[in-house]
Amino acid sequence: MSNALAAVAAVVDPEIRVVTIADLGILRSVEEDPGTGRVVVTITPTYTGCPAMDVIRADIRRALAAAGHVDAEVHTVHSPAWSTDWITDAGRAKLAAAGIAPPAPVRRDGVVPLTLSVRCPRCGSPETEQLSQFGSTACKALWRCRACSEPFDQVKAL
Amino acid sequence: MSAPFAFTLALGDDALIAAQRLAEWSTRAPEMEEDIALANIALDQLGAARLLLTYAGELEGAGRDEDALAFLRDDREFRNCLLVELPNGDFAVTMAKLLALSAYQLPLYTALAGCADERLAAIGGKARKESAYHLDHAALWVKRLGDGTEESHRRMQAGVDQVWPYVHELFAAQPEAPIDPATLRGDFDATVAAVLAEATLAVPQSGWAPAGGRDGVHTEHLSYLLAEMQVLHRAHPGARW
Repeated sequence: MSNALAAVAAVVDPEIRVVTIADLGILRSVEEDPGTGRVVVTITPTYTGCPAMDVIRADIRRALAAAGHVDAEVHTVHSPAWSTDWITDAGRAKLAAAGIAPPAPVRRDGVVPLTLSVRCPRCGSPETEQLSQFGSTACKALWRCRACSEPFDQVKAL
Repeated sequence: MSAPFAFTLALGDDALIAAQRLAEWSTRAPEMEEDIALANIALDQLGAARLLLTYAGELEGAGRDEDALAFLRDDREFRNCLLVELPNGDFAVTMAKLLALSAYQLPLYTALAGCADERLAAIGGKARKESAYHLDHAALWVKRLGDGTEESHRRMQAGVDQVWPYVHELFAAQPEAPIDPATLRGDFDATVAAVLAEATLAVPQSGWAPAGGRDGVHTEHLSYLLAEMQVLHRAHPGARW
């Protein structure tokens, strides 16, 4: 892994601080021009209105500068559209460890899935209920565990 | 005004004005989860609006960016449908509006995702996933209220009746646009009819069909909305924080 890629991949998501932008699949590519040393980073938003994008761009530039790459550019692409299927296995494990239920796989017919059973990330019980499809950030839904009574966030399939 | 520019501007304005109206519910929704939900949906609309208005500015080629289009136009220059500028009304009216809007935007964005214009296709591919959640949310509330108590049924039906005249404008034919909205009407009618049937509500009779939004002829409500939305930018041009 190049020094630039390692620096960018380690940037933490500003709203879910247990995962990196690489874990979430927000980071699409890091290309370094061998001649000029210029680094071009390509990222994609989780949701069109994600308010964290400006902070993520600034954090990427800061991380690259700290790693010695001051000449950097951050591009944002919208196609192909981000999917929760791009969250890595490591990312899913980190989400669960932080009490955030990872998303179910996205159904291929494009219909929003109605997840029948989301396991409580705290006690593991499947006896959970959705309180709201919209949670503390654009990418999360709000659930409650009927077994241990704890409310928890779930990254919703997209 | 070229057809792709007019079309993209109208879609961007729909999303922008819908975002502003939905955001008015912040701290006023009937429960905290709903407050968060409506703010989230408003944020999705704003995200789509920013992408669409940025692209509209590029299509126009006159150097206007998203901020110039959002904050420096007057009511007669906005191309949004009348539906999104109508006052929120009670919660049932808001849900009737959201049902209509999302049942229109979902097939629209889905069609856009397969259109020849790469930028519009990317925006459509992204926004349709979010629209599916909006539609699901509105449908859940319309069913819950319609098939709820006598009072909630009465008010949900009143909300649907109030909004219905304004849905026809959404599907006015635009044969030269990247997607002709007239082709989306069947999908819209099927979606809404299924939701209303399950909600034990009647599909209103179609009669009066006000229009004019796409030509910049709006209801009196838009000017007040714009005054609130634009005042900061106009008082402090280029303000950032």
